[in-house]
Amino acid sequence: MNDTTITFEIDGIEVHGREGQTIMGAADTAGIYIPRLCAFEGLPAFGSCRVCTVKVNGRFQSACTQPVAEGIMVENDTDELLEFRRNIIDMLFVEGNHYCMFCEKSGNCELQALAYRFGITAPKYPYMFPADRNVDASHKDVFIDHNRCILCARCVRASRDLDGKNVFQFVGRGPGKRIAVNSRANLADTDLEVTDKAVEVCPVGAILRKHVGYTVPIGQRTYDHEPIGSDIEANKQ
Amino acid sequence: MAKPKIATTSLAGCFGCHMSILDIDERILQLVELVDFDKSPINDIKEFTGECLVGIVEGGCANEENVRVLQDFRKHCKILISLGDCAISGGLPAMRNTIPLQECLDEAYLNGPSVHNPSGRIPNDPEIPLLLDRVYPCHEVVKMDYHLPGCPPSADTIWQALVALLTDKPMELPYDLFKYD
Repeated sequence: MNDTTITFEIDGIEVHGREGQTIMGAADTAGIYIPRLCAFEGLPAFGSCRVCTVKVNGRFQSACTQPVAEGIMVENDTDELLEFRRNIIDMLFVEGNHYCMFCEKSGNCELQALAYRFGITAPKYPYMFPADRNVDASHKDVFIDHNRCILCARCVRASRDLDGKNVFQFVGRGPGKRIAVNSRANLADTDLEVTDKAVEVCPVGAILRKHVGYTVPIGQRTYDHEPIGSDIEANKQ
Repeated sequence: MAKPKIATTSLAGCFGCHMSILDIDERILQLVELVDFDKSPINDIKEFTGECLVGIVEGGCANEENVRVLQDFRKHCKILISLGDCAISGGLPAMRNTIPLQECLDEAYLNGPSVHNPSGRIPNDPEIPLLLDRVYPCHEVVKMDYHLPGCPPSADTIWQALVALLTDKPMELPYDLFKYD
């Protein structure tokens, strides 16, 4: 242990972090899974989905943005926070048009995987069935389906920070907020390529590669047998 | 003591969930030891003969008849289960929810590329149940007690849930049986 090691607690378990590290980063290393949607390793933290909300010394904070500090008491796996996170997942499901039964992303979708992990059999809120979501299939290798978009901004950040392209950006506010593409009209008019990180990082089935749908059989997909977060929990000492 | 009774129905569904019930294979022999079947497409009993312990509902509500059947199930069944994604979320039929009903009918009976309808009329016989403005999940129409997701839920999912209910055990599905597809 060097001088910069910071010691704190998550649910009563002693955890060590480094100066400048987030609570989520330190928890991952310690094998403690904090559920998340907008956070993605290699992308700057965004703190928008609030699924990773924890309580730090009794106050709500997003674990993906909050830096570790000496002696803080973090609550993560509590009934209160589980309820809070379930509600967010519930709201995301009713707010869009999420048809898992035919979605190519099913089995590899992080939104669905969180619902599985939380044991959500049906959302408690009424479905909204928004009618203003279109599909842009103009690009030869990639399509974007706004019905499934959860506005996590992973594509925005990946395109800007990893691909150096700025293909995606938010437009509108509040319930009218949506992802737009940086071109006069369609995805096909951008310089997006199928190999871009922005295509890979989508947690749901909103941005998908064409021509490769349903290639992995049921039973072999990412979340078919192990809940999301199992890989992180495997780090536990 | 008489065996508890089970009723099942398919509303705006494809009968896939009922196929999945039959997919419990030889366990159906154990099931008939545990329960009697009341109103159900499996035995073709059309009307309830009495009170049931469990009602299993496939499909959401797309028309007025679906609503009446669902309300009838709520009245006669102590425990109601939404079986499958259509009952839970409206499922594939709910894809019409983002399109105005008139446009759906026009496409189906007048403008669709494969439509042959020389009369130019949209069916409107009093015998045909009126379509609802949109497709509703069952729990937005009556109270549902349990939801078994899946398209369809696997036979093992249905079996485990039924056995848990009939033997007074908590209904807890293992991770492998918890699927939306």
